[in-house]
Amino acid sequence: MSEIALVSSPFVGLEKAQEGKKYVNDLTTLNLGPTHPATHGIFQNILTMDGETIIDAEQTVGYIHRAFEKIAERRPFYQITTLTDRMNYCSSPINNMGWHMTVEKLLGIEVPKRAQYIRVIMMELARIADHIICNSILAVDTGALTGFLYVMQWREHIYEIYEEMCGARLTTNMGRFGGMERDLSKEAIRKINVLLDDFPAVLLEFEGLVKRNRIFMDRTIDVGAISGERALNYGFTGPNLRAAGIDYDVRAMNPYSSYEDFDFEIPVGTKGDTYDRFLVRGEEMWQSLKIIKQALNNLPEGSYHADAPHYYLPDKKEVYSNMEALIYHFKIVMGEIDAPVGEVYHSVEGGNGELGFYLVSDGGRAPYRLKFRRPCYIYYQAFPEMIKGSTLSDAIVTMSSMNVIAGELDV
Amino acid sequence: MTNEQIAQDLIAQFGEDNIFGIVENYGILNVTTTTDTIVPLMHYLYQHPTFKFQFLTDLGGIHFPDVPSHEFGVIYHLHSLENNVRLIIKLYVSRENIVVPTITGLYACANWMEREAFDFYGIIFSGHPKLERILNAEDMDYHPLRKEYPLEDATRQDKIDALFGR
Repeated sequence: MSEIALVSSPFVGLEKAQEGKKYVNDLTTLNLGPTHPATHGIFQNILTMDGETIIDAEQTVGYIHRAFEKIAERRPFYQITTLTDRMNYCSSPINNMGWHMTVEKLLGIEVPKRAQYIRVIMMELARIADHIICNSILAVDTGALTGFLYVMQWREHIYEIYEEMCGARLTTNMGRFGGMERDLSKEAIRKINVLLDDFPAVLLEFEGLVKRNRIFMDRTIDVGAISGERALNYGFTGPNLRAAGIDYDVRAMNPYSSYEDFDFEIPVGTKGDTYDRFLVRGEEMWQSLKIIKQALNNLPEGSYHADAPHYYLPDKKEVYSNMEALIYHFKIVMGEIDAPVGEVYHSVEGGNGELGFYLVSDGGRAPYRLKFRRPCYIYYQAFPEMIKGSTLSDAIVTMSSMNVIAGELDV
Repeated sequence: MTNEQIAQDLIAQFGEDNIFGIVENYGILNVTTTTDTIVPLMHYLYQHPTFKFQFLTDLGGIHFPDVPSHEFGVIYHLHSLENNVRLIIKLYVSRENIVVPTITGLYACANWMEREAFDFYGIIFSGHPKLERILNAEDMDYHPLRKEYPLEDATRQDKIDALFGR
């Protein structure tokens, strides 16, 4: 290929990329998205390409921005739970619990051990569901559909457990301030036990199909790599940061909901490439199973919710027979109960990393300000740096392995 | 390394005029600073041999329309991963001059966080490489998280905030 002299281009991005450089081919601008079957969500990337090689990329975000932070300023606290569902919709229980814990911190509610353990079980199930999607779709993006179908069945099973716990599947609205809305039912325990017994074999089968697969390894090793130092500077958290070799996990560093009671390991990678992210997520699923097993075996006796009548919806039977319960029910549902003045930051380990809630309350019925720290939004900034110099197909795989969820990205 | 030590150290380094409003909220130290101090303060905390606040967890704007000359605020959440200590730094500016220096030179992740604060509150981060709207449409002419922007559709008469106690 001979070098072609470049003429000035009408595209701003191109001119910037071409400053003082010579490329093999004429640079082209490629518009990837906003709707593209390979990006799993509404993401637009304007890529500047030199033949097959990506020179520069610019992401456009905000396609499904729904102004959650503004809506939250007029909603009673309990109605905000439904907003958190719609952030990372692959693992909504984690978002719900994170929000509940933030408000409990503000209200000073002590949650009983049993409720904390049930929460841990639900959060770890959500983490498995989240990682199943990310890893299996990464495999699909590299051309392996079979494994995806195997594990997707088990995501369905996890959704059935959600259904058993809260009646919903995707946007769960699970739990209440002070605990859970209902105890673990016999059916839920049976289903969790089925998962613990049968899922490991399926996960092993999936890993057997993909993990040491030559094609998969060729497509992912050294693709979309980022160093630990850069990852920290870009605010990475969660599996993506751990794949780069930094063992920061909110569950271990700032334990919440009794995570300190459980014995689990935090897998870390070395290179921060797509393959490491895949391995870290894969191993985290095993660790989650371990945590669920421990929580279920050591499930403490007691109440599944705190005694906080001002904030916890009373039992329906009570509402129909007891005057006080009726009053509390009415006041809670109408959002008539004021929260104390205060500023709280609480974070949980979401499917993608540190999911933080910064809540400023002025003593009213709704937050004065609520800021969500969404891990996706923060680490997606690094995408151009990670794909520079690689090919378009590598960019797709990199994006897939970063697990960028549109709902969390845009709130 | 306790919150008190950090506060003392910062006051000794930058003076009481630049580090004030020291409170502890649920175990996290909150300090308030000034626009002139924020960048040196961030660099100082980053390079400090023991503190090592090298992780920017989050950055967000806030609006207090009733506080004269301190209407807008920027809240920085720092985390020292080595010591596992969090720190919140606040900074207030007046409505007339909503300019805050950028910290994108230190933290790459501050780029979109600052753009978001600009988008929603109109806080101008001087020196930012590309201060444009990010989540909202480019042609919007208001900053929606400001308190004066109505919570409900402004054309509706049946949903007056005052009637609902907001």
